[in-house]
Amino acid sequence: MAADPTLPANETAEFAGADAIAGAIPDGALVALPPDYSLPAMEVVRALVRRKARRLKLLGVPVLGLCADLLIGAGCVAEVETSAVSLGEAGLAPRFTEAVERGEIAVRDATCPMVHGALQAAEKGVPFMALRGVLGSDLVRHRPDWKVIQNPLAEGEDPIVVAPALSPDVALFHARWADRAGNVWVGRRRELATIAHAARRCFVTFEALREGDMLEDELLAPGVVSSVYVTGVAQAPRGAWPLGVVDEYPIDDTHLALYAKAARSREGFERYLEEFVLSGARCA
Amino acid sequence: MTGYATEELLACVLARLLGDAVHVAVGAASPIPATACTLLRAKTGHRPRISLLHRRRGNPFTEGSRELFDLAGQGRIDVFFLGGAQIDGEANINLVGTGEHRSPEHRFPGSFGSAFMYFAAKRTILFREEHSPRVLVPKVDFVSAPGWSPPGVWRRGGPQALLTACALFAWDQERRRFRLESVHPGHTVDEIRAATGFEFECPAQVPVTAEPAAGELALLRGPVAREIGANYPGFARRVWGEPALTA
Repeated sequence: MAADPTLPANETAEFAGADAIAGAIPDGALVALPPDYSLPAMEVVRALVRRKARRLKLLGVPVLGLCADLLIGAGCVAEVETSAVSLGEAGLAPRFTEAVERGEIAVRDATCPMVHGALQAAEKGVPFMALRGVLGSDLVRHRPDWKVIQNPLAEGEDPIVVAPALSPDVALFHARWADRAGNVWVGRRRELATIAHAARRCFVTFEALREGDMLEDELLAPGVVSSVYVTGVAQAPRGAWPLGVVDEYPIDDTHLALYAKAARSREGFERYLEEFVLSGARCA
Repeated sequence: MTGYATEELLACVLARLLGDAVHVAVGAASPIPATACTLLRAKTGHRPRISLLHRRRGNPFTEGSRELFDLAGQGRIDVFFLGGAQIDGEANINLVGTGEHRSPEHRFPGSFGSAFMYFAAKRTILFREEHSPRVLVPKVDFVSAPGWSPPGVWRRGGPQALLTACALFAWDQERRRFRLESVHPGHTVDEIRAATGFEFECPAQVPVTAEPAAGELALLRGPVAREIGANYPGFARRVWGEPALTA
């Protein structure tokens, strides 16, 4: 099914906090999330668990980690489309693994550059993106939306895979700064710009408010996602914790290891939720 | 008891396999391949360029994680590393799961970029520490990325070798089979045969894998340990201990 190519030009709204953003993300939405190393909006993820979000579809751009494992374990997720879900050095994502093995969630397996390509097609407003490789992978059999076509520009036989443009309902991530114009700064994490460009709505939490218009600053501007793409922002200091924001705070490896251990069992996961998500307490 | 860790031996073997590579990319959760690249660079003083996807500070990409794949698509990546929950005798890899895809017996993280990188990098070194019939299977349950492609299908590169904690196999592109290249110290050909679920070429004489040289160990335990510790702190602490990382 072709995506509606019309995407809005936004006037950025300011939300009271992460919980208000979670309230603006409807049940059933396709939510694009960055990997753990690329500014995840963990405070909103916790708020989604608190508001008992349901039937979310998660898109990993291009992979997922703690964000997804928490949401899956808390029963917020019906489906994930991703190239992988893992906790990196902390190992497998235990709630994802168990949910898939028990058939509780559906997985649309992808491969990283195809996720980027499908979003880039939406950025450009074209119907599909082609990618080399992938032929002969079982991914193609399990993705009826991916098509193998003959390269129309080649003289000889040249099969190539195409994926349809992908416009997530919501892009959700964290930024180091926002300014009063609604611009947000993500630095070199340009996959966040890609999902902001491709999504219908984009919600961003930020560490700190920065005075002045960042687009007027030649050094900051290349790391900015312009407010035209940003639906709403909310301040959330240490909002990526236990993941990191470069130059602000590092990944909390001790906490990730604690999570990975706790979430091995359903009971341990419930206790983790009680202590670190539902009560609102944080060891940051 | 030997005077080096298995991780150090494996990093030295991988560094030799990298050979004259100019640009090596290292994907998610790959501390030993990252160690090998860092070791080779410490030896040569300038090569290879290492594009480490998950570098915590100063990562090499300014266009987000898609830049790695764009670089590979252009042919700018000489060597990439891939693993597999299952690897078969035709060099197919499975990173997705065992059993039926919709209701898997065991689910693994997923294919990552393998379905593209295996085609686009000029060479791929397959690396998996566990050497068992569970991992090295006759046929993978799910092909994340195929080991070879029929004529008419675009493919720039493919497998170069398969390294495990017990042995090194070379890939024979003509015959589409692995050949046992060497067996690591402390292991035997019979043991390898019993632990490998797929058929492979086995020469009459199989050499023992060369051990790390003193100079290599000095580099590993000095500058390499410190650099790896910044991105893989848990791994570095386990292999080299806290003092090596702060010295």
